[in-house]
Amino acid sequence: MQETLIVPTMAEMLAQGKQPEVLFWVGCSGSFDDRAKRITKAFVRILNRANVEFAVLGTEEGCTGDPAKRAGNEFLFQMQAMMNIEVLNAYEAKKIVTACPHCFNTIKNEYPELGGKYEVVHHTEFLKSLLDDGRLTIEGGQFKGKRITFHDPCYLGRANKIYEAPRELIQKLDAELVEMKRSKANGLCCGAGGAQMFKDAEPGNKEINVERTEDALETKPEIIAAGCPFCNTMLTDGVKNKEKEADVKVMDIAELIANAQDL
Amino acid sequence: MSYLDNILFFVILSIGIGYFAINVKKILRNIKLGQDINRSDNPSERWKNMAMIALGQSKMVKRPVAGILHIFVYVGFVVINIEVLEIVIDGLFGTHRVFAFLGVFYNVLIGSFEILALLVLVAVIAFLIRRNIIKLKRFIHSDLKGWPKSDANYILYFEIVLMSLFLILNASDLWLQTMNVHHYTHAGSFPISQFLAPIFNGMNESSVILIERAAWWLHICGILVFLNYLYFSKHLHILLAFPNTYFANLNPQGQFDNLESVTKEVKLMMDPNADPFAVPAPDDNAVPSKFGAQDVQDLNWVQLLNAYTCTECGRCTSSCPANQTGKKLSPRKIMMDTRDRLVEVGNNIDTNKGVFIPDGKFLLGDYITPEELWACTSCNACVEECPVNISPLSIIMDMRRYLVMEQSAAPQSLNAMMTNIENNGAPWQYNQQDRLNWKNE
Repeated sequence: MQETLIVPTMAEMLAQGKQPEVLFWVGCSGSFDDRAKRITKAFVRILNRANVEFAVLGTEEGCTGDPAKRAGNEFLFQMQAMMNIEVLNAYEAKKIVTACPHCFNTIKNEYPELGGKYEVVHHTEFLKSLLDDGRLTIEGGQFKGKRITFHDPCYLGRANKIYEAPRELIQKLDAELVEMKRSKANGLCCGAGGAQMFKDAEPGNKEINVERTEDALETKPEIIAAGCPFCNTMLTDGVKNKEKEADVKVMDIAELIANAQDL
Repeated sequence: MSYLDNILFFVILSIGIGYFAINVKKILRNIKLGQDINRSDNPSERWKNMAMIALGQSKMVKRPVAGILHIFVYVGFVVINIEVLEIVIDGLFGTHRVFAFLGVFYNVLIGSFEILALLVLVAVIAFLIRRNIIKLKRFIHSDLKGWPKSDANYILYFEIVLMSLFLILNASDLWLQTMNVHHYTHAGSFPISQFLAPIFNGMNESSVILIERAAWWLHICGILVFLNYLYFSKHLHILLAFPNTYFANLNPQGQFDNLESVTKEVKLMMDPNADPFAVPAPDDNAVPSKFGAQDVQDLNWVQLLNAYTCTECGRCTSSCPANQTGKKLSPRKIMMDTRDRLVEVGNNIDTNKGVFIPDGKFLLGDYITPEELWACTSCNACVEECPVNISPLSIIMDMRRYLVMEQSAAPQSLNAMMTNIENNGAPWQYNQQDRLNWKNE
């Protein structure tokens, strides 16, 4: 079934003389990675359902430069940043939402000094505000009573101290939120940050994502919830490594909300 | 001749404090070898952090057992030092318990010092057990082989000796007070050492006076030796934790600094009106800038202060995902290496009459290897864990910058990722024109 997603671009909005309520920064992962594209679509379905007037940059979006910066290439980072800032400022973007904590952190914290000042929110915060404002209602539906554990993405949690928004959303699903032994400020990295996603790990005795997946599996969850496309990949691989993919699913918070809505 | 004691005391005190002052100057000189960074903003928040984290030990108690034991030692250290003031005055003027005129308050003071001294003893013994018998992982880690391990134990033995001397001093003093010996006026209450005093029963007065004097002298000399030991040990945190928490980063942990020197060049590159062949303005690039850090002088002074402040507790390393999974990276080692190299550079300056003569060694390569640096996930667990807000991560990142921007020495796969970003605006090889294809898939 061909679904109909309404995804206007900033260029189209501008042509109509309109300014969207929020700019959805999709990110490279959300644009190109097969798994992450499903998260992107789930989030868009929710935005459509809640009648949020949003727009994306589409082909005018480019990598925020996060992996380049964390790999040590400040030149490439600042080139990307300045190109993106030029585009964003040309559209007079005010508020940006993104489902990627790396994009979120970079645009929120590192762009202002380079001339890009916006209100930046993570999609879990944005979803929570939609619920708080009554623009979106959810019932637990298929997730009622299910054991769900949440993995704190480093760049959402420790990096920006956002711990509660994703948890409140899980609780809104009437699910049973179970915490891992290491969570929130003490959460363990999935292993992807700092540009690790794009290289092999240094020699060691274990993969970080397996270590973290073990934390998650200890809680005997039915679903491991993530709020980051990279964490999602790492944990999905970890679950496969433990041969648990039949029992445990790794899902983004946006997918949980969209599925609860039968979207 | 009766002033001999006082003169001797004055001389010892002057040497003890003087030598320490010389070394403090060296530390300050070495810290100032670092690059400038402005940390004078937001004084109120900075004072608050210092009050909460250094004075209030708020991050220590995240690990409750170590945290509470540490508070015993910390409060004991700070409070018992009030007594040192009295000891110094007594020593200089030949008085006996000069603050005794405070009366009941004095009794309360001495009484609480005694209780704290006992708590310090208990805590320090527990620490020795944790290090040497239980062998907690972070204390037997390979980072600590050799001197750092002995250093940690020496500090604990030292504290046992100092506290024991303090209690013996009080016990003999109490015994002499009870015997109404001349000079030993009744003063103080001794909730702990009263149980020690009876060991002196049966001894003659002069022997107990000798013990009391010996304990007094050893105690104050011990404190001066300990003070001077700080410079050579990992124990400087008892002083530097305060400035270190004051000057710590206040931005969100995820925010990494944007290199200004790079901003200038990128702006120039992107400015269509810029003349690429123009002669740079004369004040521009007064110092040929280096991107990232190869040696300690390339780090900023806060990072160098961090290195002197680190007490090698290893909470960072024990929370590091790379270290937990067997990689070579240990954030604690990053800090220890930085300090070791800084001390080496400082000694070089001392022996070469105030100038650093290149010694062919660098922090990057000779101390810290690229393998360690590339294992970091930048997850900030080490920064979060540090009880005194040290950031090993910022040093790791500055050294990665040097590897990539000065040496082009990134791992191949990262070079591929960066080439993709340059060519098509994504870390993978996808066409930028396909960025919105997901909409219709």
